[in-house]
Amino acid sequence: MVFLGLVGMVEVFARKAIIVGVISLGHTLLLLTGLAAGLQAAARAGRRPIPALGAALLAGAMSGVVVCAFIVVGTSANLRGMFVNASPALFGLLSFGRGTAGIPLVVLAWTVVSLLGGTFAILPPAIRRPLSAGGAAVLLLGLFQELLQLLLQEGTIRPLVRAFFFDNDGLVVRGAVTGLAAAVVWSAVRQRWRPSIRTRFLHMTPRNRRASLYLVLLLTVVVLFYLPIFLGEFVSQVLVFVGLFTLMGLGLNLEVGFAGLLDLGFVAFFAIGAYTVALLTTPEKYALVHLPFWAAVPVAVLVSLIAGIFFGLPILGIRGDYLAIATLGFGEIIRLLVLSDFLKPWLGGARGIVNLPKPVLFGFEFKQFGQLFWITLAASALIAFVAARLRDSRLGRSWMAIREDEDVAEAVGINTINAKLLAYGLGGAFAGMGGAIFAVMIGSVFPQSFSLLVSINTLALIIVGGVGSLPGVIVGSLFLVGLPELLREFSEFRFLVYGAVLILMMQVRPEGLWPAVSVAREFRPDEGPSPAREEALATGGEGGG
Amino acid sequence: MAILTARKLTKRFGGLVALSDLDLDVAERSIHSVIGPNGAGKTTFFNCVTGFYQSEQGRITFLDLPLNGLRPDQVTQLGIARTYQNIRLFTNMTALENILVGMHTHLRSGWVGAILRTPHVVREEQGAVRQAMELLAFVGLLGRGDYLAKNLAYGDQRRLEIARALATKPKLLLLDEPTAGMNPRETMEMMAFIRKLRDELGITILLIEHQMRVVMGISETVTVLDYGTKISEGSPSEVQNDPRVIEAYLGTRRAVAH
Repeated sequence: MVFLGLVGMVEVFARKAIIVGVISLGHTLLLLTGLAAGLQAAARAGRRPIPALGAALLAGAMSGVVVCAFIVVGTSANLRGMFVNASPALFGLLSFGRGTAGIPLVVLAWTVVSLLGGTFAILPPAIRRPLSAGGAAVLLLGLFQELLQLLLQEGTIRPLVRAFFFDNDGLVVRGAVTGLAAAVVWSAVRQRWRPSIRTRFLHMTPRNRRASLYLVLLLTVVVLFYLPIFLGEFVSQVLVFVGLFTLMGLGLNLEVGFAGLLDLGFVAFFAIGAYTVALLTTPEKYALVHLPFWAAVPVAVLVSLIAGIFFGLPILGIRGDYLAIATLGFGEIIRLLVLSDFLKPWLGGARGIVNLPKPVLFGFEFKQFGQLFWITLAASALIAFVAARLRDSRLGRSWMAIREDEDVAEAVGINTINAKLLAYGLGGAFAGMGGAIFAVMIGSVFPQSFSLLVSINTLALIIVGGVGSLPGVIVGSLFLVGLPELLREFSEFRFLVYGAVLILMMQVRPEGLWPAVSVAREFRPDEGPSPAREEALATGGEGGG
Repeated sequence: MAILTARKLTKRFGGLVALSDLDLDVAERSIHSVIGPNGAGKTTFFNCVTGFYQSEQGRITFLDLPLNGLRPDQVTQLGIARTYQNIRLFTNMTALENILVGMHTHLRSGWVGAILRTPHVVREEQGAVRQAMELLAFVGLLGRGDYLAKNLAYGDQRRLEIARALATKPKLLLLDEPTAGMNPRETMEMMAFIRKLRDELGITILLIEHQMRVVMGISETVTVLDYGTKISEGSPSEVQNDPRVIEAYLGTRRAVAH
């Protein structure tokens, strides 16, 4: 808590209102810290009322005392020499504007809040869940108010909705109450109906089940099609980035998740895809030929695939940590090559290749982000489908065998050389497609776009999503690529929050947000095997899709 | 007739001679044990046969085909499968998947077929799953196909490892201490199972074993290694009474006194 205050988060957030005129983000943060302290203490005490509340009380009082000590130190001595953000405003905020005189009030407030958190912990889930849903809804409405207001600008009904929930400064009270109520009702309804929908689905005839799945799929497609139109350019741009990282993630997941081949130079394939498209479509002097985008993409994918195989050849015998370092080198080699003076006459050096034409299909030009989103979406869907098919195939099994134990995989007859080269090649091809779309989205390619950070981000999103899991890649890229863009509200603390969330994630859900089935069981072995899958394998062997 | 022959096989690790001038013949459809004190070169011999190590000198032939210079996967394709001293399953894959991986060499579909999922590939996969289920039943693991390999009981893991080896359709099966860590009852079951492999499937068995009860109980031929050389060979009773064997296991009178 003291840490948060010192880095200045509280003060900056104090200027951001969650609900206008009622509570600021700074206070919310304090409130949440207090609640969390109580919740934690109560949970550790075992959720039995008396010890739980006792623990929460103690935790609250202690945090209150710590904060008071901080206030005393802060108001009597000037800490600003060391901590720029230890300003009078911060202490004013912490002590409710009363300085040292507010100390009893501060301790009391912290204790009460923590006690609330403790009470929350011992509530039955049926009450706890709707409440936390409501709280989360209000928090989200307040946090993303700028974004939401942006989305609600156009049309006829939308401005009315906007006027109801927000004013110029942010969320208003009636909006917050409505949001809270809606979330509570939604959560309660969900709890009541979800199990029955699930059992009904499981009891359907296979044909009906398939039909309803197709229906859901169709609805998803329709929604996704209209999404960019509804969301506007800014969010569409974010979504295109999410899509591109999904493509990269699917490719890297094939190497890291399926075959267990750690690769820190993955951006190389992204660059190769992008530069191939650039060279094939640009009207400038670097052009090799002038192809339309649609013809250039398959070439880019093919070139990346071949590059992947050549990339794999020298590192076939390298394993584990050494492999990570070797691949790290590769990524840098490609970036430095395109940056070099040596290749400047062909690749444009640091100035890159510019003026790439936008894709045109039957006279329709994909020039806005909303339109490019469709291309990215289609590509991601295609690649995800291909990845799922590969995973459930003989090749996918041999990759997993190599991941588990390379020597034994070889000993049961798998040609590990071929399997590994295919992993590098196909993974590279996926990233190449991402690079191709990236090139036309930006309209130009520069060496600077292909830094090591792209490789690391891609790896991080796989880990956060769940290594080896396909939905995990999408969730991971939404979370790690989409969220930071949307979290611009947090200004300079964006990356602090981002880092904290990453650490928290790895603590709470080491298997990822949406883990692959077997990994989920690995981390939570008590759940045991599912007979349904064996049955499915025995009757059809159809698993993917 | 010998299914596997090694002639003057030598393998060194730096200055250490793990195998020196080893001659060994394994008769077809026999159960052949290799025994010897720790570090005698038994597992090294297995590794040389399966292509995991390349020997410095000597020749190994399998059904008159030379094995020297082949990769492990190529050796497996010829019809040699093995299990490991410390069980090495694909631990985070299901039992069924472990067996399916074992069937790899007998399936043909490549990556293009996998993506397009042609009728041929679908048929092949269904057939493979059916065969894998049969193998599960054969080793007595039916109903446990969906367990992660690492969640199986120890004895089941041993049997799954053998099932995976069987999935490669071997003519020769190398078992590295198949009864290690088993209680007497499990050991008896394993012995019966090994006999069943030979009698019902016609597979030649070459096994490394430390439990003398197992060696003497099921082997037709026993080879004794010490310091990488063969010191005795013959039927269990011949070997048992060979003074050189007793010396290797118990030491000479002088060594004991020392």
